[in-house]
Amino acid sequence: MSIKDKKIRVLIAKPGLDSHDRGAKIVARALRDAGMEVIYTGLRQTPEQIAETALQEDVDVIGLSILSGAHMTLFPKTMQLLKKKGLTDVLVFAGGIIPEEDVPALKKAGIREVFGPGTPTSSLVEFVKNNVPSPR
Amino acid sequence: MTKATTVQGLVQGVLHGEKRAIAKTISKIENNEPEAQKIISLIYPKTGKAHIIGITGPAGVGKSSLVEKLAKELRNRQKTVGIVAVDPTSPFTGGAFLGDRVRMQDLSTDEDVYIRSMATRNSPGGLARATKDATHVLDAAGKDVIIVETVGAGQSEVEVVKVAQTVVVVLAPGLGDDIQAIKAGQMEIGDIFVVNKADRENADKAESDIKTMLEMDVEEKGWKPLVLKTSALTGEGIGELLEAIEEHSAYLKKGALERQRRASAEIELIEALKQKITESIIQDLRQRGEWVRATEKISTREVDPYSAADNLLSRRLQKSGKP
Repeated sequence: MSIKDKKIRVLIAKPGLDSHDRGAKIVARALRDAGMEVIYTGLRQTPEQIAETALQEDVDVIGLSILSGAHMTLFPKTMQLLKKKGLTDVLVFAGGIIPEEDVPALKKAGIREVFGPGTPTSSLVEFVKNNVPSPR
Repeated sequence: MTKATTVQGLVQGVLHGEKRAIAKTISKIENNEPEAQKIISLIYPKTGKAHIIGITGPAGVGKSSLVEKLAKELRNRQKTVGIVAVDPTSPFTGGAFLGDRVRMQDLSTDEDVYIRSMATRNSPGGLARATKDATHVLDAAGKDVIIVETVGAGQSEVEVVKVAQTVVVVLAPGLGDDIQAIKAGQMEIGDIFVVNKADRENADKAESDIKTMLEMDVEEKGWKPLVLKTSALTGEGIGELLEAIEEHSAYLKKGALERQRRASAEIELIEALKQKITESIIQDLRQRGEWVRATEKISTREVDPYSAADNLLSRRLQKSGKP
């Protein structure tokens, strides 16, 4: 009976000590332009901060962005905390400077897809739209 | 931690302050899901305890930073805090960039602070349709103080007065002549005026300009708005701001609060009625094809919108004896 108004909520988060966030902001803007509500929390987030934010904001999707090379410690830690907080049905993708050979381990940790620099934002938008978990 | 997403599960979760339940409930309200109304009806009796503070003012004055400092000070005084930070939805894409949390990073791991970023979804006036109900959820969840931060677009942002009990208007030096320009609207709704960025030049002048403007207000009001300076950067004036807020809260409790509640109840009832009327009548008219017929007649100038509405409503009355 009521007129529904559902939006996809995305958290774009930068774990670790990166010094700039140009890429993350480009992704955030692209998702916004595709009609999504994008929560951006700024630089230097800890896995705990990211998981807690995802919980409070009830996000459907999380995009983790990292340039510093610390993804192999920070990403699995984040996935662990998400699980601990009961956020098991959130779509998580990653981007930034992540070597090919690290991707399988990250996927095993629960990251659905890893996007390298130069990925067209349109592919990212398509990916999110096609893989966002259906209404729970 | 309850995993139930049933109405009862969420209600119990909210009343116990469980974050996942709070999060899911606010989402249901934003998405206008049918369970949302049921949940609100069950938690509503437990609301009315929190002190709701509205933080409004032009873009760039430092509202989010001020909210963070305020929340930290409240935490120092053992109060639990809920924050709803509103940002605009693009009228073209329907999307939104919700970046207020960038200025509130220190709060994100405090167990007793709940922060929700909310997009206006094209509601006018600086807040979302769901903002008021979100404060009900945080209230029922036991938050002592709820801070609502408006979009920050300017004069027309007066919706906050319907949601907050104490309205804090934040300004910054360098607005200069703009303080003269912010005459109607925002200057009328402030219970407390804050000149942020007190470390800047002209902060003192801005403060006295505002005081002068308020003095020109001849009408006798119960509460004389307070004016102060803060620096969200250094923390200067935050304690004083909290004192001022508490002073206003004490003033409200002496009687104005009751009047405010009554006025608030009327507003909420009107909003609820408008929503229901829109949903039920319009949906029904659409189903019967009457909607399309009426809109066609209006677009070909055969009839004006008011007469068309009269027509539709009187036909409904004739048919069923009720609107």
